[in-house]
Amino acid sequence: MALQVDIHKDFGKFRLNVAFESENGQVTGLLGASGCGKSLTLKCIAGIEKPDRGRIVLDGKVLFDAEQHINLPPQKRRVGYLFQNYALFPNMTVVQNIAVGVRDKARRKETVARLVSSFWLEGQEHKRPGQLSGGQQQRVALARILASEPEVLLLDEPFSALDSYLKWQVELELSDLLSSFPGPVLFVTHNRDEVQRLCKAVCVLDNGRSQPMLPVKELFEAPRTLSACLLSGCKNVSRAREAADGKVEALDWGVTLDPGQPLPEGLSHIGVRAHYIKPVEGPGPNRLPCKVERVVENVFSTVVMLSTPGGNQGFSRLRIELEKERWTPLAGKDPLWLELAPRDILLLTC
Amino acid sequence: MDLYPLFNSLRIAAISTALIFFLGIAAAYYVAKLPRLVKGVLDVVLTLPLVLPPTVVGYFLLRLLGPKRPIGLWFLAVLDARLTMVWYSAIFASAVVAFPLMYRTARGAFESFDHNLAHAGRTLGKSNTWIFWRVMMPCCKQGILAGTVLAFARALGEYGATAMIAGYTPGKTATISTTVYQLWRTGDDEGAMMWVLINLAISAVVLLAVNMLEKKQGRPLPRAAAVSGEVE
Repeated sequence: MALQVDIHKDFGKFRLNVAFESENGQVTGLLGASGCGKSLTLKCIAGIEKPDRGRIVLDGKVLFDAEQHINLPPQKRRVGYLFQNYALFPNMTVVQNIAVGVRDKARRKETVARLVSSFWLEGQEHKRPGQLSGGQQQRVALARILASEPEVLLLDEPFSALDSYLKWQVELELSDLLSSFPGPVLFVTHNRDEVQRLCKAVCVLDNGRSQPMLPVKELFEAPRTLSACLLSGCKNVSRAREAADGKVEALDWGVTLDPGQPLPEGLSHIGVRAHYIKPVEGPGPNRLPCKVERVVENVFSTVVMLSTPGGNQGFSRLRIELEKERWTPLAGKDPLWLELAPRDILLLTC
Repeated sequence: MDLYPLFNSLRIAAISTALIFFLGIAAAYYVAKLPRLVKGVLDVVLTLPLVLPPTVVGYFLLRLLGPKRPIGLWFLAVLDARLTMVWYSAIFASAVVAFPLMYRTARGAFESFDHNLAHAGRTLGKSNTWIFWRVMMPCCKQGILAGTVLAFARALGEYGATAMIAGYTPGKTATISTTVYQLWRTGDDEGAMMWVLINLAISAVVLLAVNMLEKKQGRPLPRAAAVSGEVE
């Protein structure tokens, strides 16, 4: 266990309760909507914010322990923090910014030179941050962080300040860097695609509360909670309750379904991903009659919004996504029957 | 013509500005960190001299530093120095009256400072002192300079509190503003006019400097070609 975090902080209206562990050499995603406490968690680990209760341990070194009254200052935590806006010092040049990170004064010059070359910053040495592109600024910030020889990396939405055409290249660069970093890496984002591409494990944060860590694969294939399901991009969810014979009643969709799997304790919702829903001919088990409400044409696919027997408001709607040529023969059918196959039904708790 | 009032005014304004520079910045820095209630109360107290009539400030200063008050008595007994009706008495008056200008401008500059820069410095192992002098002050430079110039201008023009605590003694406590009043009162219209023009010129230059500082603030960072130095 390289980084263990178990912290609590009370802000009155908002409560932070976060617990997770991250291994050496592993990129862990902290996924959550904005305002759910992701950045706050990083600030607590870095020592910028002080939790009310709990413990933070990095490689056996206690950074924070409320009961033993241990609270190391940020200067002694050896935490590399990449801020959302990179927080480069605007009054200093690229080399001066990187030099700030170097702790060993005797080796300052060679360390800076090495980092300038390994982050492709030759020719930019004497520019100020304001004269650099977003991607270059991020490279300077990362070089400055690595100059301080951190034992853990905290990345706070590293791509949010970049134009979309730059993002892809910067993400590839960062991915290479992360794979060579020996310590644990925490990656904060609200973007599920970034989690999928960069992280091995993920911890979902919902309104200040962390949920158990999952392998990234599991988040997308079998999310177990409503918030994980929504964050993983699933648009079709319905409130649900247990019915007879192991079946489940989808309250918003007005239909009873056979999930073909045992129901979890505390089942509250079910979900189905948009591209797993199949249009079919006529009624049958796990099928429901729907009415087309709206058709949205994407570049390569067609998104169809439908009302269910449960109604036409909010969660009652279903959304399916089909290739264009598959939609053409279906257009105009009323009702349009849809099948939710048992293996595609996600059983969710709150 | 006797230029003593010009010299005396400049020396008083310079000394009180130097005092306020450090006091104002320190107050702005520490008040910003206080809990909200304390901050609100202190903010009112520290800004009050800006809106009080200078005569009220003068009255308070006399109550505090007068020769029959504890502080005044102590200075007289121990250092054999009067705190009122001497040239440096005016420093107390102009420092108190101009302090809020420095304090408020510095606080405004600190408040618009991106605190992530300070956090970044700390996680990189730098001390708070280093961050203050090497990052915060350079980033807030323009605001602080503007505050200093404004404070200097106000200190130079101080009249009410100065007249009460330093009085008007030609060649001793006379400043530009007290001289203008004295000359006008004694019917020397030409002399008064001359000092008015001198005062106008100084104030215009000072305000011009403030405007130039503010314009500079809006511009992007200067081209770095000329800048090439290592951090020590």
